[in-house]
Amino acid sequence: MKITRRTALQGTAGALALGVSGFDFDFTKAEAQAPAVKRGGNLTFAISAEAPHYDPHASDTYATLHLAAPFYSTLLRYNLSKFPGVEGDIAQSWQVAPDQLSYTFKLHPNVKFADGSTLTSADVKATYDRLRNPPEGVVSTRRATFADIGAIETPDANTIVFKMKAANSSMLDHFASPWNTIYSAKDLAENPANPRTKINGTGPFTFVEHVKGSHVSGKKNENYFKKGLPYLDGFKGIFTLQAAAMLNALQGGQVLAEFRGVSPAERDRMVAAMGDKLRVEESSWTLNLIVAFNVEKKPFDDVRVRKALLMAIDRWGGSQGLSRISTLRSVGGAVRPGSPLATPESELVKLPGFSKDIKKSREEAKKLLKEAGQENLKFTLWNRNLAMPYTPAGIFLVDQWRQIGVTVENKQSDTAPYLAALRSGNYEVAVDFSNLFNDDPTLALTKFLSHEKNPLNLSRANDAEIDKLYDMQLRERDVEKRKAHIRALEKRLFEQAYQQPLFWWHRIVLTHKTVMGWKMSPSHNLGAQLEGVWLNT
Amino acid sequence: MLRYTVNRVLLMIPTLIGVAVLVFFLLRVVPGDIVEVKLRGDGGNVSQATVEMERKRLGLDRPILTQFGDWMVGMAKGDLGISMWTERPVIEEISLRLELSLQVALMATFIAVLLAIPMGTLAALFRDTWIDYTVRILTIGGISIPAFWFGMLIMLSLLAFFNWLPPITFTPIYVDPIANLTQLIWPAMAVGYRYCAVVARMIRSSLLEVLNEDYIRTARAKGVYERTVISRHALRNALLPAITVIGLEFTFLIGGLVVTEQVFNLNGIGQLFVQSVSRNDFMLIQGMVMLIAAFYVFVNLIIDLLYAVFDPRIRYG
Repeated sequence: MKITRRTALQGTAGALALGVSGFDFDFTKAEAQAPAVKRGGNLTFAISAEAPHYDPHASDTYATLHLAAPFYSTLLRYNLSKFPGVEGDIAQSWQVAPDQLSYTFKLHPNVKFADGSTLTSADVKATYDRLRNPPEGVVSTRRATFADIGAIETPDANTIVFKMKAANSSMLDHFASPWNTIYSAKDLAENPANPRTKINGTGPFTFVEHVKGSHVSGKKNENYFKKGLPYLDGFKGIFTLQAAAMLNALQGGQVLAEFRGVSPAERDRMVAAMGDKLRVEESSWTLNLIVAFNVEKKPFDDVRVRKALLMAIDRWGGSQGLSRISTLRSVGGAVRPGSPLATPESELVKLPGFSKDIKKSREEAKKLLKEAGQENLKFTLWNRNLAMPYTPAGIFLVDQWRQIGVTVENKQSDTAPYLAALRSGNYEVAVDFSNLFNDDPTLALTKFLSHEKNPLNLSRANDAEIDKLYDMQLRERDVEKRKAHIRALEKRLFEQAYQQPLFWWHRIVLTHKTVMGWKMSPSHNLGAQLEGVWLNT
Repeated sequence: MLRYTVNRVLLMIPTLIGVAVLVFFLLRVVPGDIVEVKLRGDGGNVSQATVEMERKRLGLDRPILTQFGDWMVGMAKGDLGISMWTERPVIEEISLRLELSLQVALMATFIAVLLAIPMGTLAALFRDTWIDYTVRILTIGGISIPAFWFGMLIMLSLLAFFNWLPPITFTPIYVDPIANLTQLIWPAMAVGYRYCAVVARMIRSSLLEVLNEDYIRTARAKGVYERTVISRHALRNALLPAITVIGLEFTFLIGGLVVTEQVFNLNGIGQLFVQSVSRNDFMLIQGMVMLIAAFYVFVNLIIDLLYAVFDPRIRYG
């Protein structure tokens, strides 16, 4: 099908007519419109990547969750109708001590694993012990997030208590993380690496098969502890690694949904082709691209050069253009714009790189470059070789910096050589990314910790003040005070111009209108359990 | 003939060893580390100690010559090692996809040969007539249109005109022949068209050359029926270069249908190849290169043997 400017515009108009909300998704409105639930049927949906294994503890790709989450439960989980609020999953209730030094969870009774064994607090303990202190040969990618847990106690089969070494304002978010799936203690005792290749969970579905490169399927867990759920008889997740193939399959009805997200152009094509058979849901996204300057390379050791380059970027104007052709949209600081602890726009515009008066900002940038003796600066921008949204971001940056007389080569590499170059420190400026699953600032700010504490800080800068502010926000129990620490950290980070978010992404999810009960959220890592999904056929 | 065959088979061994040495060491020069891609490719905040632990677990910390030695010994025993991405045996990963790729290649070859021989022959016999022009237009079209683009055209046409698409997951032919053929006939047609065009043009030009040979004139002068002249003397000789092309194209189809597989969402060797390269999964890349090299060598052997069958000068030379 030929996509012309006219059909694209028609598509956008169609998307708006279909009830697409602009910036944030209205969850309550969507729920109010829901018709009565129908049981049965099999959902077929697309998964745009394939995970190397089944263990979410060792993974950061949504592909693992879209494959494995329907088979597992977590202690808590996000309430997607009230995001970022949390609710119990296998935890029936929980109590947090006023000093935040202990968390006590009461578990649902009679929760069964797929192998028929009953879940107890020992299984939860074994799971969290594996997460915070993985045995030899086991990877726990979020190990650091559990460093504050001192001990885990299991006073009875349905109670588990986490004793903390220090208060941690992010703990409930960690307990609700979709990655922290609960495993059987027996399986882990048999072989701690079992979850990589074997699925035995307490989730709404039980594992049927995974044909590599083709699909994964599950059937309804008849012993699921939430009575009446799931609604579906089963599901089949089909790996569609090429966007065009996925869109064709969606249009042809071979798959009814793809839950990660598509680009605006893809949305417009589908709206034009499918009309009112298609549901389009949009939300801001917990992903962002970051511009990072390697302070170990000259002239990026000079704060004036770094600051000038940030000040030359017209984020507000760029957002309008880029959001039409890419998944990039929102302008924001280190925390997702619009989320509870984010810096509001009125404060953001006062920080370097966020001014709405781009002419003045660029004049100042030119002055700074002149002072630093870098009027004819030339450098290479390291970028990933992924069309969406890295390519438009790279081209955008090259153009922005050209306007203050800086010449930039946008060097796009495959993931392996890109990561190799970044690890070696052999780059000047890089486009980095944050793949978050929630709005917790601790997770978002980890990226900016000193390089000696976090080797993944691509600016390679060491800044004790940033580290101190990070710790302060982490330990702060008062929300307003925590916000103040976050603002101070952002101010320091952007004044020093080590690195800065370029744009936050915008999530667009397409589903057939027959797919009901799935909840949109700002993270593609959430809502993958499918327990409340049903088919209106 | 037996000596000729044995010589050709023995030559396969150093060829494959050469390929093994080249692929193993060239891959080690490529920048990037599969552990980094696996643990940090999606923004994972893992420590360097964890990365090193994984490298050790996958055996990547061992001296390169030890890794090479182990791989060669494994290959001699028929073991291609473990995929560093999925941690499943390379043979399992390949065999899972080989059935589909092999079937598409065979079906495309069948379509191509079935159409190319009559098309090429007719075009040569009726040179500069409307038949020849039609064949030439069709074959130039086949060569000019990339198979993946033709595949996209097929898919979009099926969607636009019938609001239907072929099945998206693979069913083996022995399980459900209808579902299997409904899925694979379209990619086979998409690649078969180009394949057919190449072979038909080769047959046409080759046949035109042969038809001017002295032995054809002699056969005609002896009063041999025209049909016999064409089928037994002309076409048989004209097929020799076409056999080479058919063999090479067939081998290419095993691992080279990357984009076509993506268009039809086929779980084939081509897609696996691209994925393994983008992840730096050395073991899987090595395994697939060896497989495709072995196919090439084997198909070339078959071509050489067929040459000997068709051309006695080679057999007795």
